[in-house]
Amino acid sequence: MDTVNNEINTAFFPSKKRGADLKGNIVIGITQVAVFLIIAVLFVILGIIIYQGRERFSWEFISTFPTNGMTEGGIFPALIGTFILVIVMSIAAVPFGTITAIYLTEYAKENSKFAAAVRFSVRTLAVVPSIIFGLFGLGFFIQFVGGGVDKVFNAGELHWGQPNILWASLTMALLTLPVIIVSVEEALKTIPRELREASLALGATKWQTIKQVVLPGSVSGIMTGTILAVSRGAGEVAPILFTGAAYYLATLPASMSDQFMNLGYHIYIMSTQSSDVEKTMPIQFATTLVLLILTLSLNLVAVIIRSRIRRRAK
Amino acid sequence: MRDIKIEVKDLSLYYGEKKALKEISMQIPANKVTALIGPSGCGKSTFLRCINRMNDLIPDVTITGQMLVEGVDIYNKDVDVVNIRKKIGMVFQKSNPFPKSIYENIAYGPKINGIKNKTELDEIVEVSLRQAAIWDEVKDRLGDSALGLSGGQQQRLCIARTLAVSPDIILMDEPASALDPISTSKIEELVHELKEQYTIIIVTHNMQQAARTSDHTAFFYMGELIEMGKTNAIFTKPEKKQTEDYITGRFG
Repeated sequence: MDTVNNEINTAFFPSKKRGADLKGNIVIGITQVAVFLIIAVLFVILGIIIYQGRERFSWEFISTFPTNGMTEGGIFPALIGTFILVIVMSIAAVPFGTITAIYLTEYAKENSKFAAAVRFSVRTLAVVPSIIFGLFGLGFFIQFVGGGVDKVFNAGELHWGQPNILWASLTMALLTLPVIIVSVEEALKTIPRELREASLALGATKWQTIKQVVLPGSVSGIMTGTILAVSRGAGEVAPILFTGAAYYLATLPASMSDQFMNLGYHIYIMSTQSSDVEKTMPIQFATTLVLLILTLSLNLVAVIIRSRIRRRAK
Repeated sequence: MRDIKIEVKDLSLYYGEKKALKEISMQIPANKVTALIGPSGCGKSTFLRCINRMNDLIPDVTITGQMLVEGVDIYNKDVDVVNIRKKIGMVFQKSNPFPKSIYENIAYGPKINGIKNKTELDEIVEVSLRQAAIWDEVKDRLGDSALGLSGGQQQRLCIARTLAVSPDIILMDEPASALDPISTSKIEELVHELKEQYTIIIVTHNMQQAARTSDHTAFFYMGELIEMGKTNAIFTKPEKKQTEDYITGRFG
């Protein structure tokens, strides 16, 4: 047997250069610090909120109305208001977003100028500051649409021409539309060309193919989009600031033309407008904790579904 | 001639500016197996996909000339492409069952054609699976996902799925190229049985397969139809030098 030569043949394998090693180590060190900072920030935020919020956080807190000038009691109406908001928002945004995504991936020609314009608009919509959506909602939905309805049907008496949960939900729907469109588009693209061809080759029309093959395969993508949109919508405050959120209501909204309370808005007013900000600190933290649990768990579900889609796409 | 199913006249196809098929003219007989052979990129698959207008899906494709099926030019504006594809089925190179049950895969085409009656669908499913020689293997698990079948079974399932819409013509694009020898021979047997009822056009890069399964063979090279004739004649005494070179393995 040959003996193994343990000495490195330096002509064949040149030895390491020390300088290069040092540079590499510095880069690795910087990235490690950056990663640590990001994780640390997240944990500090979560830690403070959980620590400060835990004493008020209870079933009673989330199931009762605020009392005593909102310095005591729970956040039930804000929680319900947030739920109604995201549900109405989803009813408006999910079908609209899905149809747009279907147009973009299935019907638009590759070099279509119109589709390019739609894509550009969607991308732009995604980066518009949320307060702009709030102002748009105020101008378009409340003053133009609502005011117009009142002029025509209610003889100018204010009914729809003022902030309410419908206008707030529709404003929020506009904000979350890009999230839905992009998620659904991504899901539609994972349906392999072979399956579409199989369907078409059997004499199916394009629409039959989309309905029977493409959409059933994209259900989880549509769900991911919806969940991400809902979690975004549950957390945003600016769009509903002028379009429907109320400081305090003694009753739950009974119709679409009523105002509503909202978790994010509740945190904002409790920490800035309350009669006794110091005294309500625990309520603020507990409300924040509820909102965080809500949005984080929704995001987690979306991440799980999305990773399943990705695995299937491979 | 009554027994000519497809007549192609001066058919050319362009991908943008590039001419991929050059003035193809040929006659494809009914109830026979016609094999399209030639080296990769010679246009045989592209030509096959012209017959059921699958190339419509690709942007920037222009087609000139005529493709007469039963005397009707399928590229005529008044012809509905959906009806063409119902009459001209296609089996793809890579088996592509839907991620549905075995039953639903076969019932897909008939359902699209408006057949809702359960008994009728059941019958179509059984007949199609029997014709594709896979019934005995799957009859006890029609509700299971088609994706659980082996590659060869999936391909026969896809053939059954094509048969379920009762086409006249079946196009096969290298249907056995991804299969093991046993599955391949099953597909070849199947092709042999199916030609009783259907006109079959099969693209293959496997010369033995063309020789075994087909009645007529067309040799494509660089987008041109070099030679077409009885399979026997093409393989024993080809008229053109290029054909001979290809068949004897001197290139391709």
